[in-house]
Amino acid sequence: MPDKPDRNAIEVVNVSKIFGSGEGQVAALDRVSVSIRENEFFTLLGPSGCGKTTLLRLIAGFDFPTAGEILLYGQDIAPLPPFKRPVNTVFQSYALFPHMTVADNIGFGLEMLGKPKAEIKARVAEMLKLVKMEALAGRRTGQISGGQQQRVALARALAPQPKVLLLDEPLSALDYKLRKEMQIELKRLQHETGITFIFVTHDQEEALTMSDRIAVMSSGKILQVGSPWDIYDKPADRFVADFIGETNFLTAAISGIGNGKARATLKSGTTIEATVAEGFQPKDNATVVVRPEHAKLTKDKGELSGMVDNIVYFGTDTHIHVQLDSGEAFTVRQQNTRSAGCGFERGDKVGIMIGNDAAQVLRD
Amino acid sequence: MASNFSIKHQPGFTAIAATCFVVLYLPIAVLVIYAFNAASSTSEWGGFSLRWFQSAYQNTQVIDATLRSFQIGSIAAVLSTIFATMAALATTRTASYPGLTFKYAAINQPLMVPEIVTGVALLIFFSRIKIFTGYSGLGYLIAAHTAFCIPFAYLPIRARLENMDLTLERAAADLYATPWKTFRRITLPLLWPGILAGLMLAFVISLDDVVITEFVKSGGQDTLPTYMLGQIRRGITPEINAISTAFLLLSVAIVTLFFFVSRKRD
Repeated sequence: MPDKPDRNAIEVVNVSKIFGSGEGQVAALDRVSVSIRENEFFTLLGPSGCGKTTLLRLIAGFDFPTAGEILLYGQDIAPLPPFKRPVNTVFQSYALFPHMTVADNIGFGLEMLGKPKAEIKARVAEMLKLVKMEALAGRRTGQISGGQQQRVALARALAPQPKVLLLDEPLSALDYKLRKEMQIELKRLQHETGITFIFVTHDQEEALTMSDRIAVMSSGKILQVGSPWDIYDKPADRFVADFIGETNFLTAAISGIGNGKARATLKSGTTIEATVAEGFQPKDNATVVVRPEHAKLTKDKGELSGMVDNIVYFGTDTHIHVQLDSGEAFTVRQQNTRSAGCGFERGDKVGIMIGNDAAQVLRD
Repeated sequence: MASNFSIKHQPGFTAIAATCFVVLYLPIAVLVIYAFNAASSTSEWGGFSLRWFQSAYQNTQVIDATLRSFQIGSIAAVLSTIFATMAALATTRTASYPGLTFKYAAINQPLMVPEIVTGVALLIFFSRIKIFTGYSGLGYLIAAHTAFCIPFAYLPIRARLENMDLTLERAAADLYATPWKTFRRITLPLLWPGILAGLMLAFVISLDDVVITEFVKSGGQDTLPTYMLGQIRRGITPEINAISTAFLLLSVAIVTLFFFVSRKRD
């Protein structure tokens, strides 16, 4: 154990949020607990309706939990109104004040905190420089582009130096290229300011590339918290494996469990070795997952066999969809080279080789 | 010719539209023309003259009634706009709850209840108060006008509030603005065009009112419309046309201003 434990910026303790009452009540959050470390880029990831935005709103103070505590550096902030929390938000719609200039927008939080004029001016200038918007300081927010509005929204939320910055799907309105640029920009800003970022998104690729740690949510619960690598390579259950990246699911009979490994006999009759997640005791039948890039297609025999059903070209790689002899579908991802095609055609009889350590047995 | 079918080109539509415009504007045109009649008739032309405008201007009763109309109208417009703004905030900045629709209806009641009913009710109600307090000033007219102007001021303000992005207020709160500061710095500046529109609408409605004023006014409290009504009973001279024309110009000016104010800010 490290001798200097990481400080937690936010601790969510057993928080529930129930909307409605009686028969029609819905638990948007169901006894959620999670700790977010200081200076961390933390992402809440999940499909729409999973509760990620509700959790963010509770931390911001736009809504109050039905039960549980939200600690900011040890102090319970759950009952405080938003204007008393040293936490700022970048909204999905940016929510820039249309009747103010870019500079006035950025200075608004500091002004409300009652900072002296000179300090506000200096800080606004610093923020404008940080997001590279110096030239447009005097513009109205309606006169700048979407990407520029995004930068202003960021600068406005960062200007009062919040203890935690909340970002509610801030990149979803941008086109692909701009989004990629802003992802890098956000990482840079987080690094330069040293502020804890809590980022909400439904885009798994965004989450994987930007985050220090990710919490995967579904139906008001947190299913797994871990580094992008943990989440992708050691998913806690079937939902996480399915939501993050692409995965092949195979039904298998399990035997010989021990040492975190098990023997999985696939429908084809082949037996392969698979990793078992910690603390999971699979029954006789379980789901085995294999990532498409961890399998290899061959014209010879492999652990699995089938027929090429479809070939989809993606530029950097090619996805080859195979109909297995067992009736299941399986996708293999193959890196492209410039000179040759993928080497297979629709209707080819093929074998699939599953690499060592590629298969995992997961909770359903 | 099914492909050329258009709802705009139904047979007879043009004729009906033209008739409507004629019925609406021809009498007004005639009224305005005879305001400039040199003769004392409202039907026989006796040459061009501004004498009736001059005579109206020199008629102290006309000037008194006009000033009274402006006084009542401006006070009632300001008061009703303040109340309407508060009502609009209370009915839009809240989650929907049982009874909210009923409140909308209650606020808009003066639009639906026949004016004559309100007039009679106020006459009876105010006469009691007059006996009890002995006060018989313009306060009654101002109170009555304020009440029936509220829904007119309320509608544009509510429309503006409903179109406003609620996240803006949330963002202000997030940036340490207290509810009062959020209102003053964000909601009010964005609401301003709606408030101005409501104010002008309320003023025009108050200026124009006859029925309720007729019932509520005490002796010597004629507004311009009730004065004109009284004059017509005694016989019409082109002076009435001249007053009407000036009144018309003022209304058009206010409505035009209203149009530009509400458009410019969007």
